[in-house]
Amino acid sequence: MVPLSAYVAVSAILFLTGLLGVLIRRNFIIVLMAVEIMLNAANINLVAFSYYMESMAGQLVALFIIAIAAGEAAVGLAIIIVVFRGKISTNVDEMNLLKW
Amino acid sequence: MPLTDWLILLIPVFPLVAVIINGLLGSRYSHDWAYWLACGSVGASFLSTIGVFADILKTGAPHEVIAYQWIFGGDLTINLAYLVDSLTCIMLLAVTGVGFLIHVYSVGYMHGETGFTRFFTYMNLFMVSMLLLVMGNNYAVLFIGWEGVGLCSYLLIGYYYERVSAAKAATKAFVVNRIGDAGFLLAIFLVFINFKTLDYTKVFAQVSQLSPEMATAIALCLLVGAVGKSAQLPLYTWLPDAMEGPTPVSALIHAATMVTAGVYMIVRNHAIYDLSPTAMTVVGIIGGSTALFAATIGLVQTDIKRVLAYSTVSQLGYMFLGCGIGAYTAAIFHLMTHAFFKALLFLSAGSVIHALSGEQDIRKMGGLKHKIPWTHWLFLIGTVAIAGIPPLAGFWSKDEIMAHAFTHHQYLLYGLAAAGAFLTAFYMFRLTYLTFYGPSRMDHHTAEHVHESPMVMIWPLAILGGLSLVGGFLGFPPEHGWFQRFLASVAGTGGDHEAAVGIVLTLMTIATGIALLGWGLAHYFYSVSPSTPERWATKFSAVYTTLLNKYYVDELYDVLFVEPTKKLGRLFDWFDQIVIDGIVRAVGQAAELGAAGSTWFEKHVIYGGINIIGYGNHLAARQWRHLQSGMVQHYAAMIVAGLFLLALVIQLVLQL
Repeated sequence: MVPLSAYVAVSAILFLTGLLGVLIRRNFIIVLMAVEIMLNAANINLVAFSYYMESMAGQLVALFIIAIAAGEAAVGLAIIIVVFRGKISTNVDEMNLLKW
Repeated sequence: MPLTDWLILLIPVFPLVAVIINGLLGSRYSHDWAYWLACGSVGASFLSTIGVFADILKTGAPHEVIAYQWIFGGDLTINLAYLVDSLTCIMLLAVTGVGFLIHVYSVGYMHGETGFTRFFTYMNLFMVSMLLLVMGNNYAVLFIGWEGVGLCSYLLIGYYYERVSAAKAATKAFVVNRIGDAGFLLAIFLVFINFKTLDYTKVFAQVSQLSPEMATAIALCLLVGAVGKSAQLPLYTWLPDAMEGPTPVSALIHAATMVTAGVYMIVRNHAIYDLSPTAMTVVGIIGGSTALFAATIGLVQTDIKRVLAYSTVSQLGYMFLGCGIGAYTAAIFHLMTHAFFKALLFLSAGSVIHALSGEQDIRKMGGLKHKIPWTHWLFLIGTVAIAGIPPLAGFWSKDEIMAHAFTHHQYLLYGLAAAGAFLTAFYMFRLTYLTFYGPSRMDHHTAEHVHESPMVMIWPLAILGGLSLVGGFLGFPPEHGWFQRFLASVAGTGGDHEAAVGIVLTLMTIATGIALLGWGLAHYFYSVSPSTPERWATKFSAVYTTLLNKYYVDELYDVLFVEPTKKLGRLFDWFDQIVIDGIVRAVGQAAELGAAGSTWFEKHVIYGGINIIGYGNHLAARQWRHLQSGMVQHYAAMIVAGLFLLALVIQLVLQL
């Protein structure tokens, strides 16, 4: 029997990995992948708690998140393609139009 | 709904449709179908009336038709509803029949006038109102019709509105009628307070519960209305002035129909009058004195239409006299025959005026007998009829009223009526002699253009002439004729005791004698010895001048009522201009000052305060906007930092 804390630990490690990826990587595609990792960290958490609380609700939410992640990836990649057409680059630092 | 009820509903609708079409489209499109529509609609109403009449004649039962539920709530229910009984039937026949003939006549008379369609629109509107007046089953509908005919009277008297005298006459008619209408309104209020309903049938069913004082009050208030509308003493002054309108208007409104509305109203409400001997006496005395009074003025007037106008006032006096002595049937009978012969007289006078290119002064007429023979003969029929010479229409109806007065021991009223009858015969034959006989006093230019009127004018005259000849036989023999039996269900039988045949015949002979005497005197004055009138006028110059100036009643009213009212008006005007306007201006000025101060305060104080806030924000924002680097990762970092901060707060400060 794997204790709950192990799952939570794995989840936390995955989440931090993703967070670091989002914060420090410069390539937009990598940033997007990091976001996916964070989502999956949340999924693990949900499934683990669902198992230990003997309730199906968490697993259902996890399924939802997978679907939303797919949608989010599609939209994100589309945005990257559009931006790439204009700038011939996927460097996040060059995308600073959203300011005052 | 049976056919008769439909016909009743349709009677006022025909002219109303014509009013709408002619009123809205008439002036745009050709005049050719405006009069077709106008005459056709009245003709259609007349035909419907005949249908209704035939039904009433057969069954004798009154019809009550509700066209529209108008006002309801609480105690009050007022319907636009019609009550058609034998009285209404007679009125309907007179109004639509005579109205139709006058409409046809107008086509010829008004030919080429400006505002031809306007004339017919007003005439049809008048027909609608008059029909509502006689058909309504409650006081509210009666009042609508009452005001409607007043309005149309005003519009048509002022038909030649460019003429100042016409405009003034119209205003006078309207204002004098307002006095009467005020009384009528009071009567309606009293009826409603006492009976909680305005329907005739319901009111008359419980009329016996009325106290005598209340009955007198209602009857006298109604009488004020009737006196105004029917031009009786003391409110008669508007009717002679109303002759400013076109002649068909004088014939239709100011002789045959509208002015008889007062008589109709009194007969309709005779149940209330029967309760109040006082009111009856007042009605009788007003009628009798008006009959004589107006006749004396008629003696010396020189305008052909004004003579007829005073004769109308006088004849209406006879009808009131009849109402006052309880001879309701006779009053309505006289109303009907009067509609025939007075319409005939007015229209013939119109034909004379038409022939003389607008001349109305009988001193400038004379010798027209051979130039306009048709008009002459028809005018003569009218004269004989109104003078009361048997067997023409006027004799039977007037004699019935006078006989009723005599047999009911109202000798004073009989005396007034007999004197009036003598004068009537005199001034009417005077009018005829001066107009049609003797040497011509026309100027050369007018004399050349004298011409008989077109057939469209002669035909209605001929029909009215026929009715004036034989109309009286509807009420033959007196008090037991068809007319009296037909009206008995509504107006009562008239006499509670039978007069002996001998007395009746004696009275008839006396009446005829009086009329012939009047004729004889007129013949002597204006045919045999034409210089006598001049001599008499100088001999009795005081009387003559008084009569010529209509007893100075207009002047008296001017001094007593009109001028004080005008002064009061001027006082109010002054008060309005100086005091009220002064207050208003002061308020306005104060507001202006306040506004200026408030503007200054706003510009310098409030705007200043607001600007300081805005500028402070601006300065602060200039520093803080650098947070917005536009780089996604900065934002994400800030979110994470915020998250940690939040976690820290929850952990350390809140200790959750």
